[in-house]
Amino acid sequence: MNPFAYLNKLDERRLGLVMVVPALVLMAIVAAYPVLKAIWLSLHRYNVKVPDDYAFIGLENYTRILSSETWWTAVMTTLSFGVLSVGFEFALGLVMALVMNKGLGSATGLVRVAVLVPWATITIVTALAWKWIFTPTFTFDLVNRITGLFAEESCMLCGHWTSIFAMVFADMWKTAPFIALLLLAGLQSIDQEMYEAADVDGASTMTKFLKITLPSLRPAILVALLFRSLDAMRMFDLAYVMTQGANDTATVSMVAYDFLIKRLDMGVGSAMSVLVFLMVLIVAFIFVKVLGAAPEGTDPKPSRRERKLAASQPLTVEMAH
Amino acid sequence: MSATTAGSYQMPSAAPALLPEEQADPIGKGLLIGGGILGVASILFGFPGILALVWMTMILVGSIRTFGRSAAITGWGISALVLYCLFPFLWLVRLSMDPAANGKVLPSTFSLANYGAVLDNDEFVRAFFNSIIVAGSATAIAMLIGGAAAYALGRLPVPGKQYIMFAVLAVAMFPGISIVGPIFELWRTIGLFDTKTGLVLPNVTFALPMSIWIMSSFFRELPRDLEHAAYMDGATPFQAFRKVMLPLAAPGVFTSAILVFINTWNEFLMAVSLSATSNSITIPAAISFFQGENTLEIPVGPISAASVMVMLPLVAMVLVFQRRIVAGLTAGGVKG
Repeated sequence: MNPFAYLNKLDERRLGLVMVVPALVLMAIVAAYPVLKAIWLSLHRYNVKVPDDYAFIGLENYTRILSSETWWTAVMTTLSFGVLSVGFEFALGLVMALVMNKGLGSATGLVRVAVLVPWATITIVTALAWKWIFTPTFTFDLVNRITGLFAEESCMLCGHWTSIFAMVFADMWKTAPFIALLLLAGLQSIDQEMYEAADVDGASTMTKFLKITLPSLRPAILVALLFRSLDAMRMFDLAYVMTQGANDTATVSMVAYDFLIKRLDMGVGSAMSVLVFLMVLIVAFIFVKVLGAAPEGTDPKPSRRERKLAASQPLTVEMAH
Repeated sequence: MSATTAGSYQMPSAAPALLPEEQADPIGKGLLIGGGILGVASILFGFPGILALVWMTMILVGSIRTFGRSAAITGWGISALVLYCLFPFLWLVRLSMDPAANGKVLPSTFSLANYGAVLDNDEFVRAFFNSIIVAGSATAIAMLIGGAAAYALGRLPVPGKQYIMFAVLAVAMFPGISIVGPIFELWRTIGLFDTKTGLVLPNVTFALPMSIWIMSSFFRELPRDLEHAAYMDGATPFQAFRKVMLPLAAPGVFTSAILVFINTWNEFLMAVSLSATSNSITIPAAISFFQGENTLEIPVGPISAASVMVMLPLVAMVLVFQRRIVAGLTAGGVKG
């Protein structure tokens, strides 16, 4: 008996459905249902420790959260971390990509492995390594001297802003190389004739960078920016290990985790998780608007999926051979 | 370059930075070697910081005089890049031997005692195997389900394809924290809390968007003619998929499997929320649970050793599969 007998009989359309359904079902159960459930729970007073005290209270959880200082501190921490880390990562990633693009040909394999190591490092390990690098007893002398310029007693993890910067550094180390790889693939797919033409016209290095390099990288940059920003908005593990929320450095995810898992306060915790979800949605919305805001050329406005595809196209083509 | 060579014969040392590579320059080489020795020595033995300015300048000037400005800058850029990427990992190796670094680069002992201690630790060994089981099975299931969906979305006429792709993208954007509460509650009710299955399910779901995006981009690249040829030979759509397309897309499937495995191995929020004992706890959660209240109370040595050991399989994967990983990362362009 052929186990695929049923599948073998299907036409393209039915087969497509059958192949898509398992993924959709799983996403519905483990992603869509919990989100809806969280919205529902957020409207209730419900602590797992006192299951009898369960009541519908409307938006009371939200008003409580939105009037609490802890929440807004966490929002500010998350946003500061997001803006700083994404900004620095892109700056550093771009520099790395330009350096690699210029220096390729010598020791490519070694460079590629080195660049992939941060990406493959577990975030918890990244956090611990940088935590110790920023802790005087465990640090490296040079780092100690440099941090000493910015932080009292060179203790990066002792103040609010220095702690945020410590987390930014750790995140930057882990993701800038990844961004550099994305940008490098974009750089290598740029038509060299454009640079030659610019040379004929006597364009300066800066002009070439601003007029050729950056515009060509734009799709790759935007997609990577979007996902990096979303990652930053939901950041949890770095702060959990590096600061444990000390010096007002708890992120929104950490505060929500504290209520949901530690205090088992499903009502307030769910309301927080819904708010995090909204934050992520807003950021995504802004980016998708930006992505669609200035389509290159005068093509009719492409669908979201086509834009998404167009964004990854040059890279795909590049990696095909 | 050739113009410089020709001109520099009459030119004395007016512009040392532009000296051609062929011309011997003992001063440049001397500066480079001297600066290098001084630099290595001061990093190893902790000479005063002001000396750093001296040897850094020596190396910089020396390398520019020896290799030319452009080559020197590129070389420095690449070396700095490699050093920067490897430094935290190397520092963990150093801390694993002698945690009280106090600024010194070399450990006072080269003992592997902490590694032995970690291997003797039952909790850690179990967490390691849990991680392998969870990440391994999540990857396998994600490949099966995600691969099927990717093929359908990439090549078959599925109704409402845009909406499905959008839903997949939406799941990729999901903050884990928005779903962890209800899953936590549900798992406790149906008995999946603190089980490996309970960790595999969310991990598969988080892995689906990435595997679907990457694999459908690989499937789309296969030429149309292949399917038609299979149909001409009397194959049904599923047979065309299984016998013709899947073998051809195997490299793509393999690439996404590596990426998904590494991502799942890294997953933390679900791991700390949905597991409690060494029955299901994974490596990232286990490492974080070692943390004490006070920084100085943490067993830095053993944790560093554990971190290094956990990193080794991943570094090995990166070494072996570097090309594939880069191809997958840039083809998907989706998530880090």
